[in-house]
Amino acid sequence: MTFIAKPKLHHPELHKNSLGYTRRDYEGAISTLCAGCGHDSISAAIVRACFELDLPPHRIAKLSGIGCSSKTPTYFLGASHGFNSVHGRMPSVLTGANLANRDLIYLGVSGDGDSASIGLGQFAHSMRRGVNMVYIVENNGVYGLTKGQFSATSDKGAKSKRGVVNSDEAIDLVGMALQLGATFVARSFSGDKAQLVPLIEAALKHEGAAFIDCLSPCVAFNNHEGSTKSFDYIREHNAAVNFLDVIRSREEITVDYAPGSVELVTQHDGSTLRLRKLHTTYDMHDRVSALTYMQERQAAGEIVTGLLYVDPNPRDLHGHLHTSDTPLNALMDDALVPGSSVLAHVNARLR
Amino acid sequence: MQPTDIQDPDYFHKVVDCQWACPAHTPVPEYIRLISAGRYADAFMVNWKSNVFPGILGRTCDRPCEPACRRGRVEEEPVAICRLKRVAADYKGDVSDRMPPAPTTRNGKKIALVGAGPAALTVARDLAPMGYHLVVYDGDSRAGGMIRSQIPKFRLPEEVIDEEVGFITAMGPEMRLGQRVDSLKGLLDEGYDAVFVGSGAPRGRDLDLPGRQEASENIHIGIDWLSSVSFGHITKIGRRVIVLGGGNTAMDCCRSSRRLGGDDVKVIVRSGFEEMKASPWEKEDAIGEDIPILNFLVPKEFKHRDGKLYGMTFEKVHAEYDAKGRRRLVPTGEPEHFFECDDVLVAVGQENAFPWIERDIGLEFNEWAMPVVNETTFQSTNPRVFFGGDAAFGPKNIIWAVAHGHQAAISIHQFCQGTDVNDRPPPMVTLASQKMGIHEWSYDNGVSLDLRFKVPHRDKVIALKDIKSEVELGFDLKLAFAEAQRCLNCDVQTIFTDKLCIECDACVDICPVDCITFTGNGDEADLRTRLMAPAHDLDQALYVSGELKTGRIMAKDEDVCLHCGLCAERCPTGAWDMERFLIDVAQAENACCSK
Repeated sequence: MTFIAKPKLHHPELHKNSLGYTRRDYEGAISTLCAGCGHDSISAAIVRACFELDLPPHRIAKLSGIGCSSKTPTYFLGASHGFNSVHGRMPSVLTGANLANRDLIYLGVSGDGDSASIGLGQFAHSMRRGVNMVYIVENNGVYGLTKGQFSATSDKGAKSKRGVVNSDEAIDLVGMALQLGATFVARSFSGDKAQLVPLIEAALKHEGAAFIDCLSPCVAFNNHEGSTKSFDYIREHNAAVNFLDVIRSREEITVDYAPGSVELVTQHDGSTLRLRKLHTTYDMHDRVSALTYMQERQAAGEIVTGLLYVDPNPRDLHGHLHTSDTPLNALMDDALVPGSSVLAHVNARLR
Repeated sequence: MQPTDIQDPDYFHKVVDCQWACPAHTPVPEYIRLISAGRYADAFMVNWKSNVFPGILGRTCDRPCEPACRRGRVEEEPVAICRLKRVAADYKGDVSDRMPPAPTTRNGKKIALVGAGPAALTVARDLAPMGYHLVVYDGDSRAGGMIRSQIPKFRLPEEVIDEEVGFITAMGPEMRLGQRVDSLKGLLDEGYDAVFVGSGAPRGRDLDLPGRQEASENIHIGIDWLSSVSFGHITKIGRRVIVLGGGNTAMDCCRSSRRLGGDDVKVIVRSGFEEMKASPWEKEDAIGEDIPILNFLVPKEFKHRDGKLYGMTFEKVHAEYDAKGRRRLVPTGEPEHFFECDDVLVAVGQENAFPWIERDIGLEFNEWAMPVVNETTFQSTNPRVFFGGDAAFGPKNIIWAVAHGHQAAISIHQFCQGTDVNDRPPPMVTLASQKMGIHEWSYDNGVSLDLRFKVPHRDKVIALKDIKSEVELGFDLKLAFAEAQRCLNCDVQTIFTDKLCIECDACVDICPVDCITFTGNGDEADLRTRLMAPAHDLDQALYVSGELKTGRIMAKDEDVCLHCGLCAERCPTGAWDMERFLIDVAQAENACCSK
């Protein structure tokens, strides 16, 4: 653990975004995780994505559960709202917060234990309800805080640091998110920011349930030979289906790639995703073929990464429930207590 | 790019910008750390070994280290390196028992040193402990050279000079003070094994303008006047004084005048204010003493009546630059400016003068009447004669004289021992890990956010009353500690071992100044455009590793690295380490050792 604060001094040419903030303004406290933890790289990617999207820090709410991953919100977006909830209950707390104030940008950070074990039900329901959020699972396949037991996402046959072989099937969170109706599903790797940062940006711009499964090696307990979540293993078996650039509306879109290799997707908020396709036959608008493709590649021992599925026009929980456009927490007495004549009208409708 | 060769002693030496910029290569961060630790005597000795005159330089140095200081590139101002040197000298206590004793045996070689200024005294200090019989000649009755004669006492008290010159004279050189050398030939005929000439640039340049002869009573050459003030021959000046010239001598002249009765003192320079040769802080101090500096005025005439000076006229000019960027001062056509005055001090430059060196003793002079001196060995074309300080290459600063002295001492030693003077002894380098625990270092890696502290000054009314009362009071221990904490410890180097790296990005994420990048290799110009942050400063190296597992390389821009060690703290495999780099630039005692 590092005892000194990260010096405030910065590069003299550090850029400012349109809000006048530098990237450093999106940082949090210094990390207390083990040196080299993949989670710290994901924190840095979130910092970069929020900076590059010019997001006002005070309009973001970051929520988490319990675990190494769930400690990380302290280490980014120090000026944003934060909530450390009960183990596995981040999705419920976030859903509640989102219902009360739909105007904030919601970022749920969880881990494989928090989401695939104790919080599996919570995870499932937030996906199927379409809560407008970015749900990042920092997936290291191991219980790091309790010294390296297999987690529910550990692959069958993977070896622990002590040489024990995992005999249980792994839960595939990406597959579940696809089945449960998430409208943005991606997988990435903490060691590849070129891929990860645009995915987080695109997810933040997505107005529905956006899920990112981010492989994040545990340097202390799951970065050895025989592990399927180590830096070396992921780098060797990484099969990216596409690379993504997020283009904001004010930027000019120029396509200079070979025909068929690039696809432009305009999201509901006006942002454009430019995908450089590595597998030209892969269709990321088709849930069923996405699932099939992933299972095929997984059987072949590959780890599929990239933007796997996106619905450019999603509906979210507020759409399903027809809630008011004004956030519930901003409704004043006159709207909440409309008076006896309105009550009489409502009652009359029900007679 | 090829992987960086960190075995090259120059590579990390350049990263320690202050030490690299110092002509005598003083290990600055090393002594600043010692000050932080309260080890003032140790800090003094580190300085003393490199620059010989810490107390003197801590008040008067031209500070080439400070513009080089990395701190000035990441915030507004560099560390007050010079004034921290003074702290070491002020609080060192008695260090006489740490000085090399006078040798008990002689090595049989006899060396004459001409001049007892900083260059010759440095040669004496380096050679005396080795058993040389040294004979120091100086026309003045006290040793110190220009340090004693030209620097006003309100900037440098006499006791400081006495102490630091005394450390050297205590080592046993034979001091022949008050004895001016009139003939180099005569000196050589006395059978010295070698002669070192450190006689300075003793002649002040004059201004030959109308009225110069007639009003000569009230027109003085700056350095001669300062010297007379210093030795107490002059104790007052007229009420209205004009100082001509824009260098540090002009600043000393005007501030001395303010203390000797001048209450309307002004400095008038030909150039613009910005281009003046004086150090910015000396200009600031002069202005602080109510001395206006008027620029772009070319002196035309000394006005006099009945043999008495009453003013000067000037022509107003402005600067024009030609296509090659050369400056020309062009008259603006305004009517002449006239300023009343009682005295004029001319401080428009210094010249070398060697009337005492015969031209037929095998010692060549160049077209500017300067001796031909080798820039590395300081040997003249007469192999027995060596030069240093202002006498070698014209007027510079004390720290340069010291640096010359060290090199000349090496050459003299090699010459006397019969080895080749061109075969320079290499520096000694140590690199030692500072790791003490998982995240503990034996240096203080926290970065202070304080801005530069100002040195307290004596109250102006009191300071202006007494020419011997020192203006700067020096940092007290609390301020010294706070200022010392601003040092970034640039000598604690980031060492990268490529075969240990797992490319987890932890160092990239934590680096506060974005100086680390993992990327594909390329040539330097290309790499510099592909880093986390732009690397425009071509004077600062890129530290490039060998190829890593993914085929990429690590490239670190040394430019604004804070040496905070966070890359090493966040590295899971120890691929980064913080190692203290200590370079001991060779002095005479290290020469000849391998023979």
